[in-house]
Amino acid sequence: MLLEMDGIDKAYGGVPALRGASFAVEAGEVHALIGQNGAGKSTLIKVLTGYTRRDAGQVRFRGQDFAPAGPQAAQAAGISTIYQEISLVGQRSITENICLGRETRRFGLLHWRRMHEEAAALLGRFGIQVDVRRTLASYPTAVQQMVAIARAIAFQAALVVMDEPTSSLSDAEVQVLFGVIRQLRAEGVAVVFVSHKLDELYAVCDRVTVLRDGRTVQVSQMDGLPKLELVATMLGRDLSSVARAGATAFGAKRGRHGAALLAVQDLRAGPRVQGVSLDVGQGEVVGVAGLLGAGRTETARALFGADVRDGGRVTLDGRDFAPQGPGDAIRAGIGLCTEDRKAEGIVPELSVRENLTLALLPRLARAGIVDETRQAAVVAQFIKQLDIRCAGAEQPVGQLSGGNQQKVLLARWLCTDPRLLILDEPTRGIDVGAKAEIQALIRALAASGLGVLMISSEIEEIVEGADHAYVLRDGRTVARLTDAGLSEHAVMDAMAHGAHAGLHAPMLDAHA
Amino acid sequence: MLERVAVPAAPPVRRVTVTALLARHGAVVALAALILLALVATPNFLSMRTLNVNLTQVAGIVIVALGMTLVVATGGIDLSVGSLMAIAGALAPMLFLGRLVPLPAPWVGVALALTVPVLVTGAFGWFNGWLVTRYRIQPIVATLVLLIAGRGIAQVVTNGNLQAFRNPAFQVIGLGRLLGLPVQVWLMAALVLLFAWAMRRTLFGRQILAVGGNERAARLAGVPVSRVKRRVYVISGLCAGVAGLVVIAINSAADANLVGLGMELDAIAAVAVGGTALSGGRARIGGTLVGALVIQMVRYILLALGVPDAAALVAKAGLIIGAVWLQRQGRVA
Repeated sequence: MLLEMDGIDKAYGGVPALRGASFAVEAGEVHALIGQNGAGKSTLIKVLTGYTRRDAGQVRFRGQDFAPAGPQAAQAAGISTIYQEISLVGQRSITENICLGRETRRFGLLHWRRMHEEAAALLGRFGIQVDVRRTLASYPTAVQQMVAIARAIAFQAALVVMDEPTSSLSDAEVQVLFGVIRQLRAEGVAVVFVSHKLDELYAVCDRVTVLRDGRTVQVSQMDGLPKLELVATMLGRDLSSVARAGATAFGAKRGRHGAALLAVQDLRAGPRVQGVSLDVGQGEVVGVAGLLGAGRTETARALFGADVRDGGRVTLDGRDFAPQGPGDAIRAGIGLCTEDRKAEGIVPELSVRENLTLALLPRLARAGIVDETRQAAVVAQFIKQLDIRCAGAEQPVGQLSGGNQQKVLLARWLCTDPRLLILDEPTRGIDVGAKAEIQALIRALAASGLGVLMISSEIEEIVEGADHAYVLRDGRTVARLTDAGLSEHAVMDAMAHGAHAGLHAPMLDAHA
Repeated sequence: MLERVAVPAAPPVRRVTVTALLARHGAVVALAALILLALVATPNFLSMRTLNVNLTQVAGIVIVALGMTLVVATGGIDLSVGSLMAIAGALAPMLFLGRLVPLPAPWVGVALALTVPVLVTGAFGWFNGWLVTRYRIQPIVATLVLLIAGRGIAQVVTNGNLQAFRNPAFQVIGLGRLLGLPVQVWLMAALVLLFAWAMRRTLFGRQILAVGGNERAARLAGVPVSRVKRRVYVISGLCAGVAGLVVIAINSAADANLVGLGMELDAIAAVAVGGTALSGGRARIGGTLVGALVIQMVRYILLALGVPDAAALVAKAGLIIGAVWLQRQGRVA
């Protein structure tokens, strides 16, 4: 065994994250590590990579006891990590990012030419041709992800940990990444692969370890392991109950259109939004699909007043709507759940209570003084209603699992009693169980009359969850899909080919 | 409405480590230790006179540090407070001595001297906030402008002259007594209570913490980030103005070269020792009070033992380093 972890305990502020977890990886295998949010995957990885110290247990790496003093020590020992959130320096060049910490020197000075060559060669292995002298931030997320991987590999690692490496990659890029992973395996490097996407695990992994509630509950070969069994183990549920559920938990569609709520015509904002048109009715879940960089998030931000709008017409309840900032949008009854929970959603050090009521606070205050009785009532109600699992309303929200953080953010908007909720990737990076809860919640919210604009990269979420859906491509609406026309094939076709060119004018006529 | 799908987590067990405890209450422990040291090492520590001397001296630090706490909680810093004190200190005597505007009655001069300088420093605070929000200048650079220019302004206004005065009505805020304690101590106590209440109970207080904790998230949740930031700098400016008046009232003189000199460091040290994260998102008003007392005790003990002022600065630096180290321990734990 290359790596053996046994009886690992770890608690944060008294809340156990790992309870006697074990994990073993052989050289030259690709090992999937899965579990619901809060199962302890991230904590196990942090223990392994030296970001945090275990409370108890043994770790043996390359046959020796292993207790890294920090991430650098782990890296020096041969363990490289690629995190879900890219942890590189955006303002420095790609070369600097790849070579940071292991710079090539000549006569005591940096040997820039050699380093540029190395960086370009490493990225070339993944089929990526970029100017390595330019800053990292000037490239799209997918390229940044590849740079993170190149950096990990450049350290001559014996074990590469990839924590949801595909969450910001397109399908083609995922295939490139899989090629790299297979190449690493052939070279005898072990890869720990963390992902919520089962298909990816089956495509690339040899074995799987399942964590649940901080314990290791299953270790087996991927080959011949039924997907259903894997899901059931992860959830700790009976097989038959999973079998009854669909791929998503949205439930029945309404199949009809509500009264018009939001109408967007030819919206333009910055380079990414070049002509987006869409409609959301009361009680509808409207999907927005598109590849990375199609302008979905930017559209949401422009509608919410977070970014400046360059043109186009937006009406809310038939009246022109041009918010000068998020405050205007919130007062008009709109909420926006952002894609990036950590950077744009939670205030990690503040309590669940403060985070949950952040948008509502102005309304909870009279003469600037917060009515704490009403605040506590609102918080208690939503913790119960959304089943937010926390040690209490005063627990810092940063300590919750991703799924529960997302519920707090949903509650932040729901408690403002909005009419339109914009959800940007509402189920990204959260476990299967919490995902199902949130999908069911979205449907329940729509049934109560709320209009939902749901941006998602998961096609089945769009197809099963939305009453109708729009596909964006290069900042423009290229397809409006309804009823039987809303199929996986149609969505993918529109993403790939842009459906019928110049469609937006006739499309608006079609349902005016 | 929703079904539980996962096993509920076990009830959390709170385990408190010594370092975590120290990180939370380190300033109180340090203060207790310093008081013990003072009892042993300095003569006559346990007297009303000593208490009053210490409280009188600490009041100015506390008042400035309160405003600083809010600025730091938004993730900013205000280096201009000492210079703003000098501006307030320069303006007040000119007002009650009638050098700026003719006075119909002496009380008008005192009323003007107690209000106008504070409003002026508040306006300078607004300027700091405007630089920070409008041009996105880093607070340390933006407030550096007035750290340098502010004292210059005070010197120009007074032609660099020392203004000595005797005005009992004005000097109540520095020399007056109420129930045996100096008036400025009551003022300080009232402000501490006001700030502590405001941070806990008001919308503004919660928004300060949200801005400091995650500015982008706060903006998207509808928090008027720029307005909140401008206001904390205004408040810091107002606090500096009040402290400036108190200091000149105590001294019966205003010297633009000396009023508030080095106060920005004392205030930042008090905030840091008090446990407010310098990275923003946290504000401990009570901590700031304790932090200021710690700094005052260090200064008093060193003075009483005959250690030169310059060496006291080194001790202060050590304190800040210790406080920040403890804060980091608290994060990790």
